[in-house]
Amino acid sequence: MNSTAARARRAVRSSGGRRHRPDTVAGWVALTLKYLSLVGATVVVLLPLLVLFVASVKTNEEFVNGGPFDAPSRWWNLDNYVTAFTQGGMLRAFVNTSIILAVSLAGTVIIGSMAAYALDRFEFRLRRTIIALFLLATLVPGVTTQVATFQVVDQLGLFNTRWSAIALFVGTDIISIYIFQQFLRGIPRELDEAAAIEGASHLTIYARVILPLLKPAIATVVIVKGIAIYNEFYIPFLYMPDRELGVISTSLFRFKGPYGAQWEVIAAGVILVIVPTLIVFLLLQRFIYNGFTSGATK
Amino acid sequence: MATPTKLASRFPVRAGAPTRRRLGPTGFRRRMAHHRKRTLTPYLFLLVPVTLLAVFTYIPVANMFWYSVTSWNGISPNKEFVGIDNYVEIFTRPELFGVLRVSLYYIGASVVQIGLALYFATVLSFHVRFRNLFKGIIFFPYLINGVAIGMVFLYFFQPGGTLDSALRVVGLGGLSQQWLGDPDVINYSLAGTSVWRYLGLNFVLFLGAIQSIPAQLYEAAELDGANRWHQFRFLILPGIRPIIGLSFILAISGSLSVFEIPWVMTGGANGSETFVIQTVNMAFRYHKVGLASAMAVVLLVIVLLVTWIQRRVVPDEKVNLS
Repeated sequence: MNSTAARARRAVRSSGGRRHRPDTVAGWVALTLKYLSLVGATVVVLLPLLVLFVASVKTNEEFVNGGPFDAPSRWWNLDNYVTAFTQGGMLRAFVNTSIILAVSLAGTVIIGSMAAYALDRFEFRLRRTIIALFLLATLVPGVTTQVATFQVVDQLGLFNTRWSAIALFVGTDIISIYIFQQFLRGIPRELDEAAAIEGASHLTIYARVILPLLKPAIATVVIVKGIAIYNEFYIPFLYMPDRELGVISTSLFRFKGPYGAQWEVIAAGVILVIVPTLIVFLLLQRFIYNGFTSGATK
Repeated sequence: MATPTKLASRFPVRAGAPTRRRLGPTGFRRRMAHHRKRTLTPYLFLLVPVTLLAVFTYIPVANMFWYSVTSWNGISPNKEFVGIDNYVEIFTRPELFGVLRVSLYYIGASVVQIGLALYFATVLSFHVRFRNLFKGIIFFPYLINGVAIGMVFLYFFQPGGTLDSALRVVGLGGLSQQWLGDPDVINYSLAGTSVWRYLGLNFVLFLGAIQSIPAQLYEAAELDGANRWHQFRFLILPGIRPIIGLSFILAISGSLSVFEIPWVMTGGANGSETFVIQTVNMAFRYHKVGLASAMAVVLLVIVLLVTWIQRRVVPDEKVNLS
């Protein structure tokens, strides 16, 4: 039944495509304009990135004397990458980002799913109030409150430690609670009630029944939140000024000073930051599209 | 099993009382014991999440309001109460409130961005060669690190950089400008960068919404002789109206709190300073935490106001994408 519907839908789509193969001059013009606009968008997206990639394999001399579109003499010149990795501290930055990423994601999944479990599976007096508090908090844009959040983080003794970023990533994440809650709604209550009849405690039900069933939602949260943490600049910039604690965003930002005259090294740093994102995107495309459509609208 | 507890907590006193009498003492005791266990558990599960919510959202917001009526410098132990002086300062010193004008460039850019996203989403929801490739290319910039984007476009707009060279290649070298050096041009350059970065998100959201419109509707429309424009105007546009509304509200609050791109690219120089950059500088460079908090409060109120207006204008419709 389902596959028939899908096939019918596909048939409609593709026949729509075929039916609209132009048989008039105006039709051909429209078709040409459509592809021209798509190719134009492709050029606008890719050109700035490709130019920087080319710059990253140039020597300083080539870079200074040539234009952005001139080819480098050796395409496999990795000197700038070595400089970025070692002197620019990108190696340390990747380590710091990985630590923060791993701890924050684990924390977000546990805390978000616990909150969602409590809010979806129990009826209690403050339920509505707590949901409203979470909802209201999503309206407060994070950048505005940092002036005051800074004092809280400072008083907790977290300033200039990795825990500042971890605490803020875990503590201000409300979207993942919603993703978990939405997903929980689709898991029949009979499953946890059956476990309860067999004598399982609520903690066991959460850990053994709910958490395993939440896997697809966990994947969504990990992808959406992981990309956000990898890209975050404001929080590490504000709370971890120590060079040793540089994450990829802040380390790359610091390239501006010492390498201001060596754009080829900055370019290598930029490409180093983009490549992991590109790999993740190519591997997980479908999950990423789904993750962002479900994450942004809840 | 769930029903009695659900009822009991939904109507804690009024509904509870008569049932209690009917059940008799033993039933009542058993049910109450059960009830108490049931009601304590969710609080235990919520202990950590709600503590975090309080510590990192509500306490800062409350403190922010308190700091905003003091002349605190962020270090000194005593905070001197100054009433509404900070707010008066914001609205009377044009260089403070005036930077919100910069947001207008970004709001204008968001309109362009949503329009382009709508166009590409519509085009790519029908049969197109290399559809997935185009989809990936248009979306990918949204995933890139903001600092990396800042660097990419710093080079893009440099004199003799990517843009100037590209213009020369197509014979428009005369259009070259000080893209980031001229205060009249800089905000267009930065807002353009912002469109490059965020277009992908709007695009994917619209695409998802368009694809959730049942295919039978297109079929019926085609039988009725509707062309592509009619399908867009009478089928797609009404079908995804809620998500367009949501995108506008996100775009406006985003435009009011722009920080990363101008901060990375220009540090706020040449008239590209935004309200958030100014707030950050005020708090952390000039140590005027009181004034900075007042500015943050003003921004918060504006953002909440915009959200509220949007809720009134576009009544809460269910956004359904899956």
